[in-house]
Amino acid sequence: MIWNVHYETLGREVLARLQGERLGELVDRLYRRVPFYRRRLEEREVKPADINRIADIRKLPFLTKDDLREVYPLELLAVDLADIVEVHTSSGTTGKPVVDAYTSKDIGIWAESMARTLAMGDTSRSDVVHNAYGYGLFTGGLGVHYGSRLIGAMVIPISGGNTARQLAILQDFRATVLTCTPSYSLYLAEAAREQGLDFAGLPLRVGLFGAEPWSEGMRREIEAKLHVKALDIYGLTEIIGPGVASECEAQDGLHICEDLFYPEVIDPQTGQVLPDGAKGELVLTTLTKEGTPMLRYRTRDITYLDRAPCRCGRTSVRMHRLLGRTDDMLIIRGVNVFPSQIEEVLLRIEGVEPHYQLIVERQERLDSLEVQVEMNERLFSDEIKKLERTERDIAEALFAALGIQTRVKLVEPKSIPRSEGKAKRVIDKRQL
Amino acid sequence: MTLRQISVFLENKKGRLAEVVGLIARERINIRALALADTADFGVLRLIVNDTEKCFAVLKQAGFVAQKTEVLAVEVNDRPGGLQRVLGVLDRVGINIEYMYAFVEKKADNAIVIFRVDQPEKAAKELESEGIAVLAEGAINQL
Repeated sequence: MIWNVHYETLGREVLARLQGERLGELVDRLYRRVPFYRRRLEEREVKPADINRIADIRKLPFLTKDDLREVYPLELLAVDLADIVEVHTSSGTTGKPVVDAYTSKDIGIWAESMARTLAMGDTSRSDVVHNAYGYGLFTGGLGVHYGSRLIGAMVIPISGGNTARQLAILQDFRATVLTCTPSYSLYLAEAAREQGLDFAGLPLRVGLFGAEPWSEGMRREIEAKLHVKALDIYGLTEIIGPGVASECEAQDGLHICEDLFYPEVIDPQTGQVLPDGAKGELVLTTLTKEGTPMLRYRTRDITYLDRAPCRCGRTSVRMHRLLGRTDDMLIIRGVNVFPSQIEEVLLRIEGVEPHYQLIVERQERLDSLEVQVEMNERLFSDEIKKLERTERDIAEALFAALGIQTRVKLVEPKSIPRSEGKAKRVIDKRQL
Repeated sequence: MTLRQISVFLENKKGRLAEVVGLIARERINIRALALADTADFGVLRLIVNDTEKCFAVLKQAGFVAQKTEVLAVEVNDRPGGLQRVLGVLDRVGINIEYMYAFVEKKADNAIVIFRVDQPEKAAKELESEGIAVLAEGAINQL
């Protein structure tokens, strides 16, 4: 179901005109109201009058996460503080948190984009949304909440954690839509199995999973274990939270709400804008936000864009599921590799489950990668030589697909920590 | 005539073996025979116990990956040449041995050798027809 038929099926030319107008207004507003942006524009000798079409966006400077730390907490505010009705921040695990301050209209934009996202999973007012994203400063919980409210679905604000209770509530309220991180969905499935609860018997039909990169293999695993259609959703605190982009039922790339969030893909080294189909860093501009608008924000997420029409009828550009992040890219003896690519290879191997961890170490100036894979009933054999062959097979598959040498180590079940939020896939022991 | 052995996957970590053995002891399960095969990273612990089903359930409950396999327990005279005779029979009839381990019987002058082979039923029949004793699951608890 398409939530907003008008905006989600605009012709490309009409859309480009709309984006151009919105960008012009935005730059004008930021130039007048935010000293930080004004300084940045003046450094490049750009005036609001120079921004007339969406293509003019290339004249504008980029904004980075480091910039946002400089302006913490509220220096980027483009409205009076009195007009702000809600604030969210990132977790700040890698430094100072980044802030998103919302006006009442911004909350409306968020609800709209999340309603579009939920509608991609056919969510309607008769659905029950079990929302296991965390409520709080994190945007996941309230983003889904506002979107569900706009649709008129019944939202269960269970938030994260307390898995036993999650399973009880899932059954008692007969949820039809599940929202959480992909790794947590598998954690739920595992806990359900231990309790003898079969997801096939639940009315759950779709899951909207995001907040961490995951792979096609993990999708198959989730769909098989939870008996749902698993859709990938994308968003980030800096831009709005979840709601930036989502997969439709075609599961072939994520539709970006590009009348609201304008995407570009750039070469992370040179800053050069890349053509559609070329892999690079996603850059987003919030075209309509009032509180803390972002101009050409570098997300550090790696993807590529596809403007070909989608069979769902939406005309919006699609981004490929995240290929990784510029900052979690591993360079193993000169080969660039993302954890998500390793996951893809692992899950193609018969019997391997998505419980793995990557340990990066540096010995004598050479990086080495250890891939720990949890043992399970299907991989186990009581013959050592068969287990050693399994390790070798995995290493060979990784080498064949990615060209990297790894040391594969089979570990005991449940020895890799389970996460109720974002899974920690990489342990980097390098002293860089 | 075969009997069941339990194999458990263990990481090569300090104290891990003691944990498994302790777990089994707490359930008052008696280990009749045991062998550990290992590599640098992991090991496979092979056990023959007096209550296979219970032991298997306890291990699973504790989260171990475990498996039951059919093995042969063969009585071998505890003197030079005893084992060679058994191996000779298996070789002659084309049975492959994946691995084996031995322990000495307390009450008699015999050793018990546990064999994991590719065709356990056939192996048992051939050995018995040569007059070599192959023990049943219950019998090993009487030793």
